[in-house]
Amino acid sequence: MANEDKTKPYIPSSRQENSPVKNLVIHIQDLSKTYTVNEQEEGAKATIRGIFRRKKLEVPAVSDISFDLAPGEIVGFLGPNGAGKTTTLKMLSGLLYPTSGKATVLGHTPWKREKAYLQQITLVMGQRNQLVWDIPALNSFELNRVIYRIPIGDYQQILKELTELLELGTLLTKPVRNLSLGERMKCEIAAALLHRPRVVFLDEPTIGLDVTMQRRIRAFIAEYNKRFGATVLMTSHYMADVEALCKRVVVIHHGRLLFNGELALLLQKFTSHKTIIIQLGECQADLNVYGEVLSCEDGRYTLRVPKAETARITERLLADLPVVDLLVEDPPIEEVIDRVFTEWNR
Amino acid sequence: MKHLFRLYIQQFKTTFATMFQYRTSLVIWMIGQVLEPLVYLIVWSTVSNGNGGSVGNYTTAAFASYFIVLMLVNQFTYTWVMYDYEYRIREGMLSFALLRPVHPIHSDVADNMMSKAITLPILTVIAIGLGFAFHAGLAVTPWIVILFIPGLLLAFALRFLLEWTLAQAAFWTTRVSALNQTYFFLLLFLSGQIAPLSLLPHPIQIAAKILPFYWTIGFPTELLLGRITFAGTLEGIGIQIGWIAVSIVLVRIVWRAGIKVYSAVGQ
Repeated sequence: MANEDKTKPYIPSSRQENSPVKNLVIHIQDLSKTYTVNEQEEGAKATIRGIFRRKKLEVPAVSDISFDLAPGEIVGFLGPNGAGKTTTLKMLSGLLYPTSGKATVLGHTPWKREKAYLQQITLVMGQRNQLVWDIPALNSFELNRVIYRIPIGDYQQILKELTELLELGTLLTKPVRNLSLGERMKCEIAAALLHRPRVVFLDEPTIGLDVTMQRRIRAFIAEYNKRFGATVLMTSHYMADVEALCKRVVVIHHGRLLFNGELALLLQKFTSHKTIIIQLGECQADLNVYGEVLSCEDGRYTLRVPKAETARITERLLADLPVVDLLVEDPPIEEVIDRVFTEWNR
Repeated sequence: MKHLFRLYIQQFKTTFATMFQYRTSLVIWMIGQVLEPLVYLIVWSTVSNGNGGSVGNYTTAAFASYFIVLMLVNQFTYTWVMYDYEYRIREGMLSFALLRPVHPIHSDVADNMMSKAITLPILTVIAIGLGFAFHAGLAVTPWIVILFIPGLLLAFALRFLLEWTLAQAAFWTTRVSALNQTYFFLLLFLSGQIAPLSLLPHPIQIAAKILPFYWTIGFPTELLLGRITFAGTLEGIGIQIGWIAVSIVLVRIVWRAGIKVYSAVGQ
């Protein structure tokens, strides 16, 4: 990537065809959002001057991004903090007006906030709550049933399904403030999906949750997508979420699109090294001739080798050394994503 | 319409459940609602007694009637949206409200209606007790009741729309408390809360009748006390309707502009 034109995102040729908009659930074209903020200068003089004349600062949050989602896709929307992910999700769910560009979701322009549109979408924000804090979640669910005009029979059926899938059980009748973070998140997700939205925007749905709860929510999202064919665009800092759910990822950084394609391709493209783990008798041999020795514990060596050399080095290791066990691994996905961002920053 | 009706019923249930989670603070809040007019009542009764039993066209007993009825009217038309709005914007609650296919004003209307249904019966009992204690009298005729009901409902509608509009200031500034203070100060003086309007200097009386404040509290209070003529009542109801029409236009304009600001900046 370092040798390529960095002003252009990497989009695999399979995604570059101009798909007709009508077959897409989400179509985003050259979407931009610039925030205007008041600049606060330091010092008393500057503060007094600021009362009369404020210095405005234009902060681009999202710049000319374009991508599409087909029906039933789960796409991971990745980027470091402040990359513009939440801003984009807010534009797509109608909470923000863009500065320029176009977006069509289910044939609607999101920021017009038409009732027919809002009826079909949902946005789950991991750090914000929609449930009424002081009363049981079931009361908020009932309110959503009426707001979204869900027929009572359907509601009972959906509630039964959600209770079963998310293991809500007795949680629904306890005041929300008495629930743990994970329990509350499960209820939040259920509340957001009662009206069976066709498009689901998830902003860090597993943030702050323990590994078991993360796994459960992940499994639920996969199941919801499978059962109802919902289209999902999700952000997450947990690569396990992305690996488990998203075949495709869209990566943005500083508001610009960096990559749009299959996760496997991203990994392949940004992985220049592989890890070889071999089990020998003890940690006495010097294996630096084969590759960079990352660690050795009880005779278990971890080597970092150039991707292209992997086969040759593996062969040599097996021929030269009394190898008991050998394992070739890709570097962890976190490391790869981190590499994508650092390479781009350079 | 049927959908809105269902929505209101469901919001009533939610408000009911929420309010009963905080019984103690509800009681404390109601004590505050009683204490304020009670203080004015005691002050004016003392002034009246020291003045030979009356001030202007109010006897000591008339002051008692005035402030006790005012307490109930104020309770009926009171809203807390102005206190609530900044918090909603800051905490992102408004984003969730905007994601729903229904205008957020409805949940506030329903919420306020339900809270009144809970607090008014209790305050009415307190008001009757205070009435006996301060020898207050109320001589209502069927005509007064017939005119009072629309007068009171319109007062609520007007105050609600006005305060909902002002609450939108939170879209533009994070320091809404200064605006709230100014509003409540004006309301205190010009609505008849601190003293019956007829006892205030003439220019203030004129200002109060031009501005909307008096029509949200003082007018229905005086109406129930039989202090307004039939023609004056009809005129008052007309003014209330006029101000409501203005407020509806204001709500729409301010809401649209506010949402634009909100969706330009985001929270």
